[in-house]
Amino acid sequence: MLYSVKRDHARFRSIVKGKIKSDLKKYIIHGEMLARKGKDTVTIPLPQIDIPHFRYGDKEKGGVGQGDGKPGDPISGQPGEADGSGEAGNQPGEHVLEVDVTLQELAEILGEELQLPRIEPRGHKTMRVIKDRYTGISKVGPDSLRHFKRSYREALKRQISSGIYNSETPVVLPIRKDLRYRSWRSTVEYENNAVIIYMMDVSGSMGDEQKEIVRTEAFWIDTWLRSQYKGIETRFIIHDATAKEVDEDTFYKTRESGGTLISSAYKLCQKMIETDYAPSEWNIYPFHFSDGDNWSGEDTKLCMDILKAEILPRVNVFCYGQVESRYGSGQFYKDLKEEFGDAQELLRDAKVTNYSEQVILSKIENKEGIIQSIKDFLGKGK
Amino acid sequence: MSLPLELVKLRDEIRGYAKQAGLDFFEVVFELLDYDQLNSVASLGGFPVRYPHWRFGMQYDQLSKTYTYGLQKIYELVINNDPSYAYLMKANNIVDQKLVMAHVYAHVDFFKNNTWFSKTNRKMIDTMANHAVRIREYMEKYGVDKVESFIDRCLSIENLIDPFLPFQPKKRSKTKEDEEAQPPQVGRLRVHRSYMDSFMNPPEFIEEQKRKLQKEEGQSKRVPLSPQKDVLKFLLEYATLETWESDILSMIHEEAYYYAPQWQTKILNEGWASYWHSEIMTKRALKDSEIIDYADHHSSVTAMQPGKVNPYKVGIELLRDIEDRWNKGKFGKEYDECDDLVIKKNWDKKLGLGRQKIFEVRRVCNDVTFIDEYLTPEFCERLELYTYHFNRRTNQYEISDRDFKKIKEKLLFSLTNMGQPFIYVTDGNYLNKGELLMLHQYEGVDLDVHYSKETLKNLSEIWRRPVNIETEVDGQKKLLTYSNGEFSEKFL
Repeated sequence: MLYSVKRDHARFRSIVKGKIKSDLKKYIIHGEMLARKGKDTVTIPLPQIDIPHFRYGDKEKGGVGQGDGKPGDPISGQPGEADGSGEAGNQPGEHVLEVDVTLQELAEILGEELQLPRIEPRGHKTMRVIKDRYTGISKVGPDSLRHFKRSYREALKRQISSGIYNSETPVVLPIRKDLRYRSWRSTVEYENNAVIIYMMDVSGSMGDEQKEIVRTEAFWIDTWLRSQYKGIETRFIIHDATAKEVDEDTFYKTRESGGTLISSAYKLCQKMIETDYAPSEWNIYPFHFSDGDNWSGEDTKLCMDILKAEILPRVNVFCYGQVESRYGSGQFYKDLKEEFGDAQELLRDAKVTNYSEQVILSKIENKEGIIQSIKDFLGKGK
Repeated sequence: MSLPLELVKLRDEIRGYAKQAGLDFFEVVFELLDYDQLNSVASLGGFPVRYPHWRFGMQYDQLSKTYTYGLQKIYELVINNDPSYAYLMKANNIVDQKLVMAHVYAHVDFFKNNTWFSKTNRKMIDTMANHAVRIREYMEKYGVDKVESFIDRCLSIENLIDPFLPFQPKKRSKTKEDEEAQPPQVGRLRVHRSYMDSFMNPPEFIEEQKRKLQKEEGQSKRVPLSPQKDVLKFLLEYATLETWESDILSMIHEEAYYYAPQWQTKILNEGWASYWHSEIMTKRALKDSEIIDYADHHSSVTAMQPGKVNPYKVGIELLRDIEDRWNKGKFGKEYDECDDLVIKKNWDKKLGLGRQKIFEVRRVCNDVTFIDEYLTPEFCERLELYTYHFNRRTNQYEISDRDFKKIKEKLLFSLTNMGQPFIYVTDGNYLNKGELLMLHQYEGVDLDVHYSKETLKNLSEIWRRPVNIETEVDGQKKLLTYSNGEFSEKFL
């Protein structure tokens, strides 16, 4: 009897994969699947798998809820009927199906769709990764891993069974033997090391829409590279006339104003590589996103020098994405192209010069351009 | 897997308590399953055998993932059948098993005695298995994809049924007298002298008159005669379907009617079962050492999340409220007309009718009548219920009101017709072109247009001719049409 469900399951998965493939482009454009949940799963709402019925429009409907609050207060979470636990033969109610796809699966779909080649890593599997997983509960452990609920439950049990518990004054005091701790197991794995260094121009001309493009594109690059390297690191640099390292959140949210000196970011990137990432052991991926409006030709020249002398010899590829802003597209793309040539064209003409293979340029005019741009960046299997 | 001795003993114990409490149930067969088996059975709606379809796999996928990530686990699964089947999870501890058994016996009592379940098929396990065999045969004969796609289309309209139909008196089938009564007369010209008849009414003329009459008869027969809510049944009778298609549609039709009472009584059914597991556990079955695990479990089942209504919670609380009111005599003209809040609060006539009353509620009510009859302002206040709406400006859901009337109205609206729009077939020969015309009886809430279009498309693939639905969009009457691969809309 159980066999048949497994078959239905396999069929469902294949339909879903098919659905994702055909809708993939749409998802990338709308950035709908960016909700990252847990460590490595992504939740994709896939209403298409919901067989259509005549039904009321969701937002029109409203309904009845429960809890605190005054009229006008927003309701946290998605309203709707709580499912409780599945009752006899009730098919799940009116909720949107969410299909969980692991990042690994997502990357496979992406790779297949964009026909991305698998990356040939440099270096050896040198990085020793120790992974800890919480696997159980034990009676001893450090305080920081104390399991609150379990400890108190034990205490409550003990108090009730020994008759100390008084429901009038319900005080529960755990004693030493009530305490419970989470316990873990460690495993050692060897990995190829890789680091992605994201650099973004946050000068006044980069608006929210441009950042959204960068964010979406970075997500997909991240997903793909993560599927190729296990222990990947990411670093984030923002720059206007000066550059600084920031965390991921700040990276996407900061809006500075003022001028643009791209060289500042490249200098910081170079420093980062020198101090933290020896090229013999690391696969290094710098990505730079900008609207291409550099302050001066002089600074642009400085950029080229840094790239040629310091960065390019150490990295797998250097990717530059130019996002079109309200003020049009800047000069920097052309400058890079003149210096290193359009990698794509050169490849076609087999006219490969020094380093030019390592510099990948891409123009992203709008959200629709993201897919082509990802293809540009990752299509070479570097 | 049948139960080990320990659980058999427990089952007999709980069964005894349930009997003593006055519950009246079909025999229940408990099966012990591991989590994966349980998820499999649950994804088939509790039935051991169903026809192959991806949506069962989809449910399996969800269940096993939510279980793996620790988001939820199924704790009880019971099917309406005689005997009933219920499933226990192997890994659960003894307290949970007891709780589930008590809960299950109450559900089965409900299945057996609630009037809305009285017309359901009590041999549904066999019927489902039978459906599976037939659909598998069709799949072998006509191809899996073709059959599955047809099922998908049928499922798209499976909610277009009439849950009250089983309770309507059967239409009197035509008797002999009806048939013989006055065949319509063929129009003849009046003839004063009988010898003139063959001249005045020559055979050609009579023939022509006959044809005219038949044509008129055909036109006057509108199908359906009055708007019909059971669209599935209408399609079964009038759509041009292959034999296998018609057979599949009839199976889906049957399964939809089997499930309908479960949708109609969700709050009451869950409330009833929770009420009884609580009674049986706390008064009879629990050992001292088990009380915490039980309380933990019970409170997680009946927990309310902000912005959501938990049927378990509302059901059990409302039943307890009714029991309390009927025990104390807090009902009737005298109580209603009393306007002293203190007296009202301390009202106690010591009638002790509570238990009897909730058994009556379990027999005659569905969710709509349950809420309509017994929801009180005091109850809404105690449970902190409110109504909410979507604010387009802030793009979020907001609390609108705590007014009792509005809460009741909204709640009833979400329960009436199982929260689905009212759709009727009004004409099977629209525009005299064999098109299907349906009517959405507008209740103040627009249909989801995108979904409606997709549904029309599926429907037209079953009907094989263009399909139309009259509805209202943004305050304007509209006709949505799907015809030859295209949608169109026009104002009426």
